[in-house]
Amino acid sequence: MRLFEYTALQIKEKIISGEIRPVDLTKQFIEQIKNIDPHVQAYLSIHEDEALKKAAQIQKKIENAENVGFLAGVPIAIKDNICTKGLHTTCASKILRNFIPPYDACVVKRLKEEDAIILGKTNLDEFAMGSSTENSGYKITRNPWNPEYVPGGSSGGSAAAVAADLSIMALGSDTGGSVRQPAALCGVVGVKPTYGRVSRFGLIAFGSSLDQIGTFTRDVKDAALLLQVIAGHDFHDSTSMPVPVPDYLREIDAGVRGLRIGIPKEYFSAGLNEDVHNALKNVLRKYEQLGANVIDISLPHTEYAVAVYYIVANAEASSNLARYDGVRYGYRASKSNGIVDMYCRTRSEGFGNEVKRRIMLGNYALSSGYYDAYYLKASRVRNLIKGDFDGAFQKVDCIICPTSPVPGFKIGERAKNPLEMYLSDIYTIPANLAGIPGISLPCGFSKEGLPIGMQILGKHFEEKKLLQIAYAFERETDFHRKKPVLKFSLTQK
Amino acid sequence: MEYEVIVGLETHAELATVTKLFCGCSTKFGSEPNTQVCPVCLGMPGVLPVMNKKAFEYALKAAIALNCKIDEFTNFDRKSYYYPDLPKNYQISQNYYNLGVDGYMDICVHDRINRVRIHNVHLEEEAGKLIHPEEAGADYSLVDFNRAGVPLLEIVSYPDMRNVDEVESYMQTLRKILLYTEVSDCKMQEGSLRFEASISLRKKGAEKLGNRVEIKNLNSMKSVLKAIEYETKRQADSLDQGETVDRETRLWDEVNEKSARMRSKEEAQDYRYFPEPDLLPVVVDGKWLDEVKVTIPELPLARKQRFIEVFKLSDYDTSLLVEEKILADFFEDCIKIVDRPKVFCNWITNDLLREVNERKLDIHHLPIRPYQLAALVEIIEKGAISSTIAREVFSEMVQTGEAPQAIIEEKKLAQISDEGLIEAVIVKVISGNPAVIEDYKKGKKNALTFLVGQVMKETKGKANPKMVNELLQRKIDA
Repeated sequence: MRLFEYTALQIKEKIISGEIRPVDLTKQFIEQIKNIDPHVQAYLSIHEDEALKKAAQIQKKIENAENVGFLAGVPIAIKDNICTKGLHTTCASKILRNFIPPYDACVVKRLKEEDAIILGKTNLDEFAMGSSTENSGYKITRNPWNPEYVPGGSSGGSAAAVAADLSIMALGSDTGGSVRQPAALCGVVGVKPTYGRVSRFGLIAFGSSLDQIGTFTRDVKDAALLLQVIAGHDFHDSTSMPVPVPDYLREIDAGVRGLRIGIPKEYFSAGLNEDVHNALKNVLRKYEQLGANVIDISLPHTEYAVAVYYIVANAEASSNLARYDGVRYGYRASKSNGIVDMYCRTRSEGFGNEVKRRIMLGNYALSSGYYDAYYLKASRVRNLIKGDFDGAFQKVDCIICPTSPVPGFKIGERAKNPLEMYLSDIYTIPANLAGIPGISLPCGFSKEGLPIGMQILGKHFEEKKLLQIAYAFERETDFHRKKPVLKFSLTQK
Repeated sequence: MEYEVIVGLETHAELATVTKLFCGCSTKFGSEPNTQVCPVCLGMPGVLPVMNKKAFEYALKAAIALNCKIDEFTNFDRKSYYYPDLPKNYQISQNYYNLGVDGYMDICVHDRINRVRIHNVHLEEEAGKLIHPEEAGADYSLVDFNRAGVPLLEIVSYPDMRNVDEVESYMQTLRKILLYTEVSDCKMQEGSLRFEASISLRKKGAEKLGNRVEIKNLNSMKSVLKAIEYETKRQADSLDQGETVDRETRLWDEVNEKSARMRSKEEAQDYRYFPEPDLLPVVVDGKWLDEVKVTIPELPLARKQRFIEVFKLSDYDTSLLVEEKILADFFEDCIKIVDRPKVFCNWITNDLLREVNERKLDIHHLPIRPYQLAALVEIIEKGAISSTIAREVFSEMVQTGEAPQAIIEEKKLAQISDEGLIEAVIVKVISGNPAVIEDYKKGKKNALTFLVGQVMKETKGKANPKMVNELLQRKIDA
């Protein structure tokens, strides 16, 4: 087994025991990235020097038999909308091409404190707006399982990096499915924690009431490990909750006997791909074999979720992105005639089309005379959607459904049709609106050989239960062990 | 045509917190540009606000002092507009749920109490400051973000004022309330207290309000009053000529004492308010409210009325006393020691204020303490020093903070009540002024006053005047 195929838990053990030296490991990953990433295009920037420096520090600690952090020497990739002090953070937008944050995001600070090694920053749809990573202002990331396909999005770079062994773990962000959907499309485990579980401080805001930082890992135990490090209250994020963080790895093998699994009929309707549907049927059969009870439920307001989402998320985005004006940092149009013209040129030249589309939609929804009809109404329907879940969780312990309606789509296939693209997130958006946690894990393959993901949704702050449920399935199956055979020709470079 | 002028005021007051509203940066005034900034108040990507609880409490205090209704639930909203001094291009403010609503403030105009209703009181963040280079033809401006994020209280009145006297009283009373509650230092020259006026005219007796004109850029209370007078005339002239007054925002030109159109109603900005998702709603429960309520002192108008009733002081004197909380506090501390309200009132309103004005002293940092003034008054009442000497001692006390007894001893100012000493001086004066003695004996009574004066002069004012009078008379008559 090659070094970079180990899980984080395995690597951590080998590093602490001295079997693997952090510097060697880091070098191998950097080497791997240099060889493979030109084909995958998962990374926007690689931080070789910083990573090697950190690895050397950890190595020294181990040699001196000092205490090491919880993620000692484990390589990790960070989505490029999470601030890293002194290192470019671009949101895959031209408007932030030269932006170097003077501070670390809360999660990055925690990763550093626990001795993780940050390899680099990964590609995304510009400002996390998209479901395919095609909206990046810099490059198109390819799905390691088939380079003609998108890796999903918006955290496509992070998902692809983990799937292609270009990192062991990665962080992403999930506003409407941006962790779970690419995890499903790339055949890795993706967790979107409860809104308020992980600090958003340093995550460059898209939809503030929906955004949540999430994890990409090779298996469920690694997800538990990484979540353990990043979860917990942070003074700098008023919306992060002072709820105690349980030990996620402890009792992860608790099993599912007697568990009530809800199957929402609205998530298995027309439009669901047959392969995905079949994979989910197998999932449910497996859980029943393991002693769980599968119960049909209804989440009646599901059909409004996408509409509500695109009002709330865009309204918040229009305001969050107002600060990119060329005055203080980032891109500024070179020639302009006065301040208003400078604003217009800077934003017209700096933002991509999808971002501009959403800013306009969002501003429209907040305009005087439209606020009640759009934003306020959407907020009310959002409460109904939350109510759907509250009701369901009185009857069941978790909900299982597909992560994505299709196993994947080709690059360019949906890029011209925003509405079709928006429907990619139909199964993931409701969890963001309700603020509940969700996990996506591999559960099969399509006829074309693309991975299929299943999604488990739970009550607020019940990530631990979700991990247990996911692990019960994972240890009985080996979908997560399958590796993509990288089939890249040099012409695709 | 006779018109009635209708005025409402919007007041912005910077709160006197040590740190900013949503980050830990200092609010100190006058530092080098951009030295009191951090990623949060600069609106860097990825930052989040954390509410300063102290600022919220200050705002709450002001809202209670202005008799507002305090809802249990308030939150913040984003107010969007583009301006280079606004780092996020939205201001965290309050719109849908204001911290305080439907309050009022009583003002005193020509000895009559008028009530001005307060529409709302809310909390928001201050913007930065643009600096325009002085060099000719400069094609840039600079921004100082030290002020960005300083907590700002906005107080919106109803259009309940009808003349400049009421407006002036409103501004003065509000300023005093903010000072009394210690929520703002109200330094207009540092921009920590600012006013915007909205003015409309209607025919005397008419019910319907005319179109409202908002005036910005009013840098002092004086300019508020001037602008209202100017605007009243401008609008009246338009109406007299059969024109209509446009609903618009105008800028006051301090130098030329004129206002000019800034933007029309059609150009009014759409602020696209929506609830700030980065902050949790603030719940003000009864316990918290009570805790804040007990920190609110007696407010100036109530205090003035009490001074008039209880201490039988004049309207004018009490106005001077309550003008500054520190003076009224000083007064009350004094009379707790020696119960002479009128005497202390005179010392404070005459002597203390004169010293402060003449020597340009900071009233908040005077070295003299109330117990020291009380001690001085006791010394005077015992007859140990004359009132002239007392003033000299007081002046020294105000400057140095030394005890009156120490000053008297050190400068040997104690009154001379020794008969022998006084007699010796009298003998000297009598022998030096034989002509005056003659006058006196001829019946010129004021000749005696001259002689007393001479004795006082000889003793540098220290001789007990009563004794001088008696001894002198006895000596001459003998």
